[in-house]
Amino acid sequence: MIWLTPLLALFLSLFFGSVLFLLLGYPPLQTLYTFFISPISDLYGVCELIVKASPLAMIAVGLSMGFRANVWNIGAEGQLTVGAIAGGALVIYFPDWNNALMLPAVLIMGVLGGMAWAAIPAFLKTKFNTNEILTSLLLVYVAILFLSALVHGPWRDPAGFNFPESAVFQDAAIIPNILSGTRLHAGVFLSLLVVATGWIVLSRTIIGFQLKVTGLAPDAARYCGVQSNRMIWFVLLGAGGLAGLAGMIEVSGLIGQLQPNISPGYGFAAIIVAFLGRLHPVGILFASLVLALSYLGGEFVQIKLGLPLGIAGVFQGMLLFFLLASDLFVNYRLEFRMARATSLLKMEEKT
Amino acid sequence: MITTIELILLTVVSAATPLLLAATGELIVEKSGVLNLGVEGMMIVGAVCAFIATLTTGSWAIGIFAGAIAGITMSLLFGVLTLIFLANQVASGLALTLFGIGVSSLIGIPFIGLPIDKLPALDIPVLGDIPLLGPLLFSQDVLIYFSVIMVIAVHWFLNHSKSGLILRAVGESHDAAHSIGYPVIRIRFLAVMFGGAMAGLGGAFLSISYTPMWVEHMTAGRGWIALALVVFATWKPGRVLIGAYLFGAVTILQLHLQGIGVRLPAQILSMLPYLITILVLVLISRNAARVKLNAPACIGKIFHPNS
Repeated sequence: MIWLTPLLALFLSLFFGSVLFLLLGYPPLQTLYTFFISPISDLYGVCELIVKASPLAMIAVGLSMGFRANVWNIGAEGQLTVGAIAGGALVIYFPDWNNALMLPAVLIMGVLGGMAWAAIPAFLKTKFNTNEILTSLLLVYVAILFLSALVHGPWRDPAGFNFPESAVFQDAAIIPNILSGTRLHAGVFLSLLVVATGWIVLSRTIIGFQLKVTGLAPDAARYCGVQSNRMIWFVLLGAGGLAGLAGMIEVSGLIGQLQPNISPGYGFAAIIVAFLGRLHPVGILFASLVLALSYLGGEFVQIKLGLPLGIAGVFQGMLLFFLLASDLFVNYRLEFRMARATSLLKMEEKT
Repeated sequence: MITTIELILLTVVSAATPLLLAATGELIVEKSGVLNLGVEGMMIVGAVCAFIATLTTGSWAIGIFAGAIAGITMSLLFGVLTLIFLANQVASGLALTLFGIGVSSLIGIPFIGLPIDKLPALDIPVLGDIPLLGPLLFSQDVLIYFSVIMVIAVHWFLNHSKSGLILRAVGESHDAAHSIGYPVIRIRFLAVMFGGAMAGLGGAFLSISYTPMWVEHMTAGRGWIALALVVFATWKPGRVLIGAYLFGAVTILQLHLQGIGVRLPAQILSMLPYLITILVLVLISRNAARVKLNAPACIGKIFHPNS
């Protein structure tokens, strides 16, 4: 059942999505086809799908660890942004550094930037008991404003015709393309590596076990000596580092310079990916493809049929709604009973 | 005759009102033991619906009504998910926000950049002519009066009415409330709907009064600041009022600093409201015992009668 509900949610979203298309005055089947099939009907499209799924999977693996332990980091978008800023800083201040160490250094800076940004909610949570949901989310706005200030101000490319963009990165800071004619870059291997590592951490290590126990039975975890503060630091730094890395890969692999907008909301969509993938790295891998398709399809129906881009967000929201609702069938057992005159829908907790 | 100081105070009140409306609503929701993180989503859908309704009918009353209805509709989605399907409240609230932002940009596309007239101020004769205080207290628009009246009403409701006591009981211990026969689910549904209506009105104020137009993402995190305000106020309506006006003041202060040419990039100054929100959250939550004393004990917990 636990693996059936994402499919159920997907099916319901498709159904209500086509109802929505109908209401908006578009032929539902043709629109569905344009949304979900035509974007991936050629090699370029499939590569686009992978390129978009890659940051989603990477961020979601990090977030899912936190969600398992009831640490709600919803500010991945900000951590992604600061990761890109930190890595970008290295490129902008060392434009002549052109050897093979540049790219690893840039990516490591991305990780550190994301970790630093996630360290703020971790510090405030462990030291001052401050709700990490609100602090991590509010820091998203701060991070995006910070990036905007940088590319509008000190980091603006002097030769860039006054566009709010940094100078284009030197080749040494660019992630190599692996399939000419497409935008597929080597960064996607890092996402696969993260998924595999996440799987091992979760199933084969003490800390993965402690995460699961903390989430399922906080009292039991405390009793057997799991330090909740250390757990909070671990999941926030981990998720922040991965989000920062994803942001830096996005810049180094696709955009090639810093801009005010480096992500179409991957940090938020990754929350849906984490849930759709049942907080499990392998599930997340598949879920990231679904969400990537929703971005791709959203762009396609905008270009081909003139539908507004917001449709992708609606579809993503719907997917999460249906998924959360169908979790009832995972967590509870439904019983139909005849009680006196009325039939009663009774629910019992399974666990 | 309006002096500069009056003008500044008027803008502070305007900037504070969307926060005040949304936070007052969320306070009732949280007092009933439900944590709805979807305030931002309900606000933005309220904003776009109020704007569209005002633009197409030419009536502010219909616009305000549409904003409230839109907020309630959104909150019902959340209510069904968390109260009937027993879904995780944190995740459901996030879903509501993501969904709301998508929906608002979808239905708002044809209306971007279109102008409407600002919700007019209700001048109360004679009193409105009092210098200084007159324009501030007696010459505001209907939503501003409503926001302040609601704070008083909610304070009275929670502390001096039987229904308020029941609502608090449900929030403190849903099992106890259930065992003495109170309809926990129904009470929580009503609270969630009230929160939706207030968030919708907060959004409506943004799009038909504060900046009378529709811009995508125009709530810009105000829903989240409203959530923080409830914590800041330690779940007390009067303190929500103080907090909201404080944030209104910070917002206006940063605008004026930009205006008088403080040598800082505009983006850095725009960070101020978010940073101050984090700062006050830290100051309030630092005292864990006080938060625990005031927070509804069942907040965020799933209730179902057979467990």
